[in-house]
This record gives sequence, structure tokens and C-alpha cells, in this order.
Amino acid sequence: MTAPTAVEPIPRGALARGVGRRVGDWLPALLVFAAGIAAWQWIFSPLAGRFLLPKPSAIGTALWDNRHVLWTAGWFTFKEAVGGFVIGSGAGIAAALVLARWRRLGGAVMPYAIAANAVPIIAFAPIMNAWFGVLNPHSKMAIAAVLCFFPVLVNTLRGLTSVRPESLELMRSYAASEVDVFRRVRIPSALPFLFTGLKVATVLAMIGAIVGDYFGGSIQALGVQIENSISLFDFPLGWAAIVVASAFGLAFYVAIGIAERLATAWHPSHARRTE
Amino acid sequence: MSVVEVKGVSKTFGRGGTVALQGIDLEIEAGEFVSLIGPSGCGKSTLLRIIGDLVKPSGGQIVVNGKSAHQARLDRDYGIVFQDPVLYDWRTVAKNIALPLEMLGWNRRKRAKRVQELMHLVELSGFDTHHPWQLSGGMQQRVSIARALSFSPALLLMDEPFGALDEMTRERMNMELLRIWQETGSTVVFVTHSIAEAVFLSTRAVVMSSRPGRIAEIVRIDLPQPRTAETREEPRYFELVTAVREALARTGADEIIEELVAGGEL
Repeated sequence: MTAPTAVEPIPRGALARGVGRRVGDWLPALLVFAAGIAAWQWIFSPLAGRFLLPKPSAIGTALWDNRHVLWTAGWFTFKEAVGGFVIGSGAGIAAALVLARWRRLGGAVMPYAIAANAVPIIAFAPIMNAWFGVLNPHSKMAIAAVLCFFPVLVNTLRGLTSVRPESLELMRSYAASEVDVFRRVRIPSALPFLFTGLKVATVLAMIGAIVGDYFGGSIQALGVQIENSISLFDFPLGWAAIVVASAFGLAFYVAIGIAERLATAWHPSHARRTE
Repeated sequence: MSVVEVKGVSKTFGRGGTVALQGIDLEIEAGEFVSLIGPSGCGKSTLLRIIGDLVKPSGGQIVVNGKSAHQARLDRDYGIVFQDPVLYDWRTVAKNIALPLEMLGWNRRKRAKRVQELMHLVELSGFDTHHPWQLSGGMQQRVSIARALSFSPALLLMDEPFGALDEMTRERMNMELLRIWQETGSTVVFVTHSIAEAVFLSTRAVVMSSRPGRIAEIVRIDLPQPRTAETREEPRYFELVTAVREALARTGADEIIEELVAGGEL
């Protein structure tokens, strides 16, 4: 037997060290960011006029002066988005499991799910407001949920059904039950696909909640804050609210990204070969 | 006692489509190492899957361990190894090997003990916590063999397990497989398209012809046991390699004649 060659598993703390090592790699991106902000501050903003395109410094001031209102509004809308995300993604996963288990049903339903995925579902926002009440956060959750449902369904189903035939033959050779096949093969191998869907869904959930607010909502909601500031020509405040919305959206995306790392720590793409 | 009895088995794919197997009769005794060898499309993998009840035959009967192939599968009477190791990336090496044991309801301590024995058997001790993609192809296939042996099935079905490995690794794996076969005393049905492998490993080589898949000849491999690296240098080994090659050539000759007839040249 020759000396076995193998790739080391990632040692603990490697993630942090990896990030540290890559700070240098981020430098170009940081420079581009700084240059972009500078160009905005001293070139584009003066050209466009401070109403249409407030300077970053003005947006920063507005953000600081209204931090309590904006934080409350951001949190309010974020909760709408998360609620919709949970409902929509949960339903998407459940539907994917059902359609993967009963493939014939899947064959009958999937063409419509894929077609629905291409529909600009955000157009239904006013209808959801009418159904669930304009001021009720449930209407925004409904919009976010509908937006999340299809990408999660389509991705999860693809993951559940793209298992290699030999994997299933192996389970069959063990006289495995259908539950075993799902628990031990289909679901683990679908996780990377599922998280791709979930990450798309975080973005869609924020869009759904904010756009839902645009069609009317509680004065506490971030989308309503953006709407009101813009109609009052308080552009710096409007932009500050957009910054808050982006921050919440980004945090949401990153949180799901971290969950993905934890749930699929085994995945080859997460390890760096040490040979 | 025969472990596997194949009686008049045929298999047709699709509606009135290709005949993959026709009139297959084969009996495999306990402790035998039987290779199925033949040109691609001769249905050797299909025959293996029919024995394992992974594919239903269109006709005929299969008896495994004195019961129907279906019942034998439900009783987990055989372990199977594919050309692809089919390891689950989300499980460590130890957990991949323990998979069938988990499904049989073994407790954690019993599983751990058995996994250690198997890791030792396939010479992978120390790789418990590695993930499959961290191993070389040969090591992955050893994990797959350990998994198939984990619950000590009396019958081992192998579908070109070393087909994707390089020649050096393949020869080493052949030696290891023979050692494991002798240590465990199991019966092996082994699909291959390598003449050298079939002769070196088997007690009998079943030569199959294609279109439709049929058993053309069975060559008894009377090389002494245990086989060693020197076995490959014995005159008898070369005679048997020649015998199997000629048997295969005869099946090929049939094919050529058929094609000539179809082409109107004969």
C-alpha cells in the first residue's frame, strides 16, 4: 500500500484566517467604493443638483439625524420581509417535497410553476393589500411570500430530483423506505440547491415588503417612509431610508449565507485543498 | 449449495424494444468468484442488477439464498459496489461505511466498532473523519467496498468496480479484493470488461455475447489459490487469458457475420 494522499479537512478557525489573508484581496474593491463615493460627492451630485441626487455627506447626516425613526421603520419592514420569507419558502419547500415524492403530480404541475416564476408577481401587490388590509403587515408578508415561493420551489425540486441513479439503486439494495431515501439522500443532496433558492428569496422578500409599502401601509413601515420623504422633496431622508433598506437586505442575505455554510459544511466547495 | 440460481432469464427494454438478455441459465455456488465478461451491450450489468432485484426480468426466475431475488433484497442478503463509488459527500468516510448499519438499526457503539474493523480491512484506518472528495479514486472505491461488506452479506455484487481506475491501482485493488474475498468467505459476482482481471480474480469466467445478451461460454479458471503477483506470470494464466479472449472473439465473430448478413454480403 502506497502512502495515501488526501486533502486535509479544514481546521477550526480556518475561516477567520482565510478572511484575514484575503483583506489584501479586498483592497481594489474598497478603492473602487471610495472612488465611487468621492465621484458621487464632488462630481455627479453637483452636476445633478442636490435635490435630485443628494451628496453622500447629506445622506449620512439625514441617516444620523433620523436614526431612531429609520431603525424602527427598517425593523418593521424587515419583520414583514422575514415573515413572508418564512411562509413563502416554507410553502415552497413543502411543495417541492410533495412534487418530488409524487413525480407524476410534479410533471402535471411544474410547467405552471415555471411559467408562474416568470410572471412579474410584484404586480399583485395592490391585490394583496386589498385582500389582507393596507395597514396590516400581513398584506406585505403575503406579497413577500408569493415572491419567495417559486424560486424556492423550483430550486429545491431540482435538487431533490437530480440525485444520481446509482445513489437510488444503492438505497434500493438496502430495501430503504421512501422516507429513508428522502432523509438520507434526496434532502442532503438538495441542500445546496435549496440555499441558492433561499438566497434569491431573501432579496425578493425585501423587495416585496418595500414595494408593498409603496401601495400604502403603516406609517411605521420603511417603504412608506421612503415614499413620504420623496413626496416631501426630502431626498436625503429618502436616500437614507434606502440605505437602511439595503443594509437590512444585505444582513438578511448574509445570514442565510452563513446558515448555508453551516448546513453544507461538508460541501467540497467550502474547503481549500492543502496539497 | 447454490447462492444464486438464474433460470431462463430474459430482459427486453421498452415496448417490443431491444432484447438485452435471452435464455440466461447460471448457477453460482457458495464461495465462488464469478466474473461476467463480454462486449459492451451484452447485458452483463443488467444481469447483475436482475440478481440484485434492482431491475425486474421480463421472463425467467431468480433464486438467491433459496428465496426470490425480491425477498433476498428485502432481507439485505447482498452488498453491491458500482463502478462509481456512490459515496455521499455530506457523510464522512466512517459514516458512509456505517450507512447500511444505521438503516439496519445498529446502535452507535456497535456501528463504531464494526466501522473500525472494516477500515482496517480495506486499509483506510485513520481516515474516519475525511470526506469522500478528499480521497483518491482507489481509496473511494475501498470505502464503497467496506460499506458493501459492513453488514457481512454472504453475496457481493460488483459492477465494474475498478473500471475507472488506472492500471496500477486496479491491479493493487484486485489483490486486495482477493484478500478480502478469502478473509470473508463471501460469494462474488463481478462484472468486468477486462480479460486479465476476470482471469486473475475468478473461479469461473462467464463469457457473454451481445444482441441479444446470452451466455456464450463458461471458462473454469483453475489457477491455484491464493493468487499472488506471480500468478500473472504463470503459463496457465496466459493459457486462460487466451481461452477467454478466444471465447470473446467467437462472440464477436457472430456479430460480424450477423452484420454481413444484414448488409446482404452473405
